[in-house]
Amino acid sequence: MSSLSAPSPKPRLDLLAALKRALLSALIAFGLFSLLIGIRTHTGSNGALVISGRPDLLAIMVGLTFVGAFVRELILGERVLEMGAMLPPALRARLQMLPKLAAPAMLAFAIALPILFYHNRYMLDLGIMILTYVMLGWGLNIVVGLAGLLDLGYVAFYAVGAYSYALLAENFGLSFWICLPLAGILASFWGIILGFPVLRLRGDYLAIVTMAFGEIIRLILLNWQSLTHGPDGISGVPRPSFFGLPFSRGDDGFAHTFGLQYSYTHRIVFLYYLILVLALVTNLVSIRLRRLPIGRAWEALREDEIACRSLGINTTNTKLTAFAMGAMFAGFAGSFFATRQGFISPESFTFTESAMVLAIVVLGGMGSQLGVAVAAAAMLGGFEFFREFAQFRMLVFGLAMVLIMIWRPRGLVATRTPSVFLRNRKKVDAELVKEARST
Amino acid sequence: MDYFLQQLINGVTLGAIYGLIAIGYTMVYGIVGMINFAHGDIFMVGAFIALIAFLCLVAIGITAVPLALFLVLLIAMALTALYGWTVERFAYRPLRHSFRLAPLISAIGMSIVLENYVQVVQGARVKPLPPLITGGYTLMQRGTFTVQLSNVQILVVVTTVVLMVIFSWLVARTRLGRDMRACEQDLKMASLLGVDVNRTISYTFVIGAALAAVAGIMHLLYYGVIDFYIGFVAGVKAFTAAVLGGIGSLPGAMLGGLLIGLIETFWSAYFSIEYKDVAAFSILVIVLIFLPTGILGRPEVEKV
Repeated sequence: MSSLSAPSPKPRLDLLAALKRALLSALIAFGLFSLLIGIRTHTGSNGALVISGRPDLLAIMVGLTFVGAFVRELILGERVLEMGAMLPPALRARLQMLPKLAAPAMLAFAIALPILFYHNRYMLDLGIMILTYVMLGWGLNIVVGLAGLLDLGYVAFYAVGAYSYALLAENFGLSFWICLPLAGILASFWGIILGFPVLRLRGDYLAIVTMAFGEIIRLILLNWQSLTHGPDGISGVPRPSFFGLPFSRGDDGFAHTFGLQYSYTHRIVFLYYLILVLALVTNLVSIRLRRLPIGRAWEALREDEIACRSLGINTTNTKLTAFAMGAMFAGFAGSFFATRQGFISPESFTFTESAMVLAIVVLGGMGSQLGVAVAAAAMLGGFEFFREFAQFRMLVFGLAMVLIMIWRPRGLVATRTPSVFLRNRKKVDAELVKEARST
Repeated sequence: MDYFLQQLINGVTLGAIYGLIAIGYTMVYGIVGMINFAHGDIFMVGAFIALIAFLCLVAIGITAVPLALFLVLLIAMALTALYGWTVERFAYRPLRHSFRLAPLISAIGMSIVLENYVQVVQGARVKPLPPLITGGYTLMQRGTFTVQLSNVQILVVVTTVVLMVIFSWLVARTRLGRDMRACEQDLKMASLLGVDVNRTISYTFVIGAALAAVAGIMHLLYYGVIDFYIGFVAGVKAFTAAVLGGIGSLPGAMLGGLLIGLIETFWSAYFSIEYKDVAAFSILVIVLIFLPTGILGRPEVEKV
């Protein structure tokens, strides 16, 4: 709608109108903020609430809204912000070359990171965290991006993976390398169990039901005290070994066997490469799966379910495999999470996590592997950037979700490459790709 | 029997609150076809505005409970409606013609924003309010167990019924209601026939938010404590109620709210209180699987 009326820049600066609109915005801002920002409630000495005024903060917020609205009116008027159109065409052509170079460059950087930052524990931890989310994003991408099923409870499978490893290790003393596939199998098993009844639902409903499942699993983990220790979580989850060699100081440890000086960093670097490999496996599997009949069926399903059914594709099985496949990678990531943290509790598997992974997939551009990786790095990097304003960072995160949806609803990487093509691969504009269709 | 009666009273009260929130979901879904994920948080914002408005009124010397309550109701409804309007204008309207997932994701973002906004500006602690309306009636007494019908519960149910009557009249008899029903049937056709679609949708959000604000006040009066996180669970349950009653159907939302309230209360009373949320979520799943159109909803036909 707005794109039709977009190319009509205002003939002149309409100062008065801009002022009027800005005043209106300020008035609305005053209404919104008057009670919630202007007045602060405190718990008084006798337990009852007391209030104190914050007129200065209120004035600042309303003033900012006024200035912001005024500037926006002056610069933009009725036009819609179009980032791409502002760049010169030569630069745009260059930018379109970027993704081709970006993937190998990012991979090279990811491989080199532990060498570059060997003594920087903080960077290594951040790298591990980003890669965990990249892996989760790629796993969810199979479900949301390829099969077009909106899953708001993805974190449930992550939780299943983490708890599978922690409980199997605690009760049966199984090692990480045995539990890793088991966690994946159990998570995909859960994916099938949960997916089976719900997959005939339409998009929005499916989203809500998966969210409900995510919450149910979290609440069960929270309340089944005898098994999961409830809110206390499971501590002392065993650390991974280097194919049987523990990262310990002893004679049979990793450092001693290879004749190295013992260092705590060995384990961190090992964990880093472990999650890198796991993430790359996820990526490779999803890229290869797209070419297989099942992957093509997923994409066909995303485009048109009725057409699929009339062509004889078993939609239930196709959806279930996508669900189970996505869940399996979440299970792998979950058991990695458990072994890295050494401690898990239901706190780590809230709806916010699901929303975050989904946000990574959507902001990156659904179905785009590169976009997901970029989005995960940008988002978690941004989170670290806002670390000092910890209480504001979720606020900024939510706001970013809204703004990116408004400016780039198709995500950062807004073109898709088709899986099947004749002679040469052409880019497909994301507008033409359907996502999580429901009507 | 008397235990059952007491739980019935509690369940109906809770159901009235859920029903009021559910109307917001069902109206927006009916007209725009999106799940307004932030609606639960609008309810929470309404409760906070009511709390602060009440404290302000006390601070300036208005302590007569009926007058204070009436003023709080007006202020909370007006300001929460403004929040509803702003959320729609800022986060949903630019996405009206975008792909289908975009508004849902924007709504999730908005929900995170509202939750954390309230947490930042008002603190993460729970906010208690001493009971304003005390007293009630003892309906039955057997041994030590008494069946109580408190005045708060009467107020909650009566207000809900009154609002429902006003609201049904609004939808059935006024120009705005007719526009809303037209938009619900066919957005494009309605706009061709001269219905201002944008304005109608804005009003839908405003009304939904105002009703959610009333639910927020009820929650505040009934439980006496609120925090910034009440919106999520209440929102999901109210959405469950809307789905259970048949999304898009207004009497359905009320009926669904009542059922969810009763189920939750009886579940906590007779089974386990820890799993009451699990019960509510499970009902959502079961309803969607076996009764995807809800109790009073119309089946949707998918056309090629």
